[in-house]
Amino acid sequence: MAGSGPTALERFINGIIPENPVYRQLLGMCPTLAVTNGMKPALTMAGATAFVLICANVITSLIRNALKPHLRILVFTLTIATFVTIADRFLQAFMPAMSKVLGPYVPLIIVNCIIIARCEVCASKQAVGTALADALGCAIGFALGLSSIATVREILGTGCWMGMRILPEGWDNWGIMVLPPGAFLTLGLLLGLAEWFGAARKKAGRS
Amino acid sequence: MTEETGKTQGLLAQAWLILLLAGLFGSSLAAVEIVLGPKIRENKRNETFGQVPRLVPGGSARKSREVVLGGIRAIRVLSEEGKHLGWVLPASGQGFADKIELLVGLDRRAGKITGLYVLDQKETPGLGDYIKDEGRFRKYFRGQPAAEPLRVVKRKPRPGSGEIKAITGATISSTSVCRIVNDAVREFRAALEKRAAGEEKE
Repeated sequence: MAGSGPTALERFINGIIPENPVYRQLLGMCPTLAVTNGMKPALTMAGATAFVLICANVITSLIRNALKPHLRILVFTLTIATFVTIADRFLQAFMPAMSKVLGPYVPLIIVNCIIIARCEVCASKQAVGTALADALGCAIGFALGLSSIATVREILGTGCWMGMRILPEGWDNWGIMVLPPGAFLTLGLLLGLAEWFGAARKKAGRS
Repeated sequence: MTEETGKTQGLLAQAWLILLLAGLFGSSLAAVEIVLGPKIRENKRNETFGQVPRLVPGGSARKSREVVLGGIRAIRVLSEEGKHLGWVLPASGQGFADKIELLVGLDRRAGKITGLYVLDQKETPGLGDYIKDEGRFRKYFRGQPAAEPLRVVKRKPRPGSGEIKAITGATISSTSVCRIVNDAVREFRAALEKRAAGEEKE
């Protein structure tokens, strides 16, 4: 990361697959495990996180030249907490049922390491355009991570996807998939799969 | 003197950005609250009235009205035919993690608890948040006498004895809910008695 660092486009693409927050960086595991028992809560969480991530990255990048190195984490946390509170109040006002489902996990976005990592790695060092692209890429990557796990869990656990029936009526719901153990099982299996694909592609590229 | 000023200036040079941001963020949060606050309170009110039939059996959300009794806000629950059945009492207090907001259902004379509902809580997921679970916790409140304070026990409670079974691993959340219910019910009963004494007859 010498000199001016990666370009905006590189940042954007990196966030989606090559440095996917869930599958490659293993960050944000708390919401990844907790709110992926259905697509709707997973997408709401992804949306709220995206809002906070984008706002925090843009603000941090705008003030990056005035940041004191030893006070930077304090500034990041202050910025993130502000936008999380806005997102939380917004959900309470306009999506009260979903806000109840997500419960404490919305205020817990404050401690989501993805956001603080992006502020530290990218936004506090690069221009606003790059920081915005970086936040967008990571937000998409996080949404992909959450929705892939939620897809597996909701379909196997309830036979539905986004509340719409996918599997035939005779499907025996795998109750464990919507319970906490299902989150660990799915995350583990999908992580293994992602690693396996990554390794296979690397091998193919070398030979 | 000069040394003091220099020190203050040094601190300001360090902290001006944080002070500025705190001011900016604080005022923007206040603005958000002014815009969204009424909507959030309305949602809570709708949720409260939606729970009326479950908290006081036979109660009608449409007929019931908010009243203020001796400074305490409560809902006077009426049946569809307009018969006074009981009360829904909002109660809140400190839990393990954050404020817990409850709704307590009471019968007409506030002598018996007819139901409990958790309006808002941020207790530990998987432990303390079982307070909102009917089968694990809330069911113990239904039918309890309201005259005596409820007690938390760690064994099978005797029905109607004022004993509430604690949630395993969440004793503080369990006792917090009991304390909030006890305080609210005690104050409400006092207000009700005062009114009855003043009016002589209901």
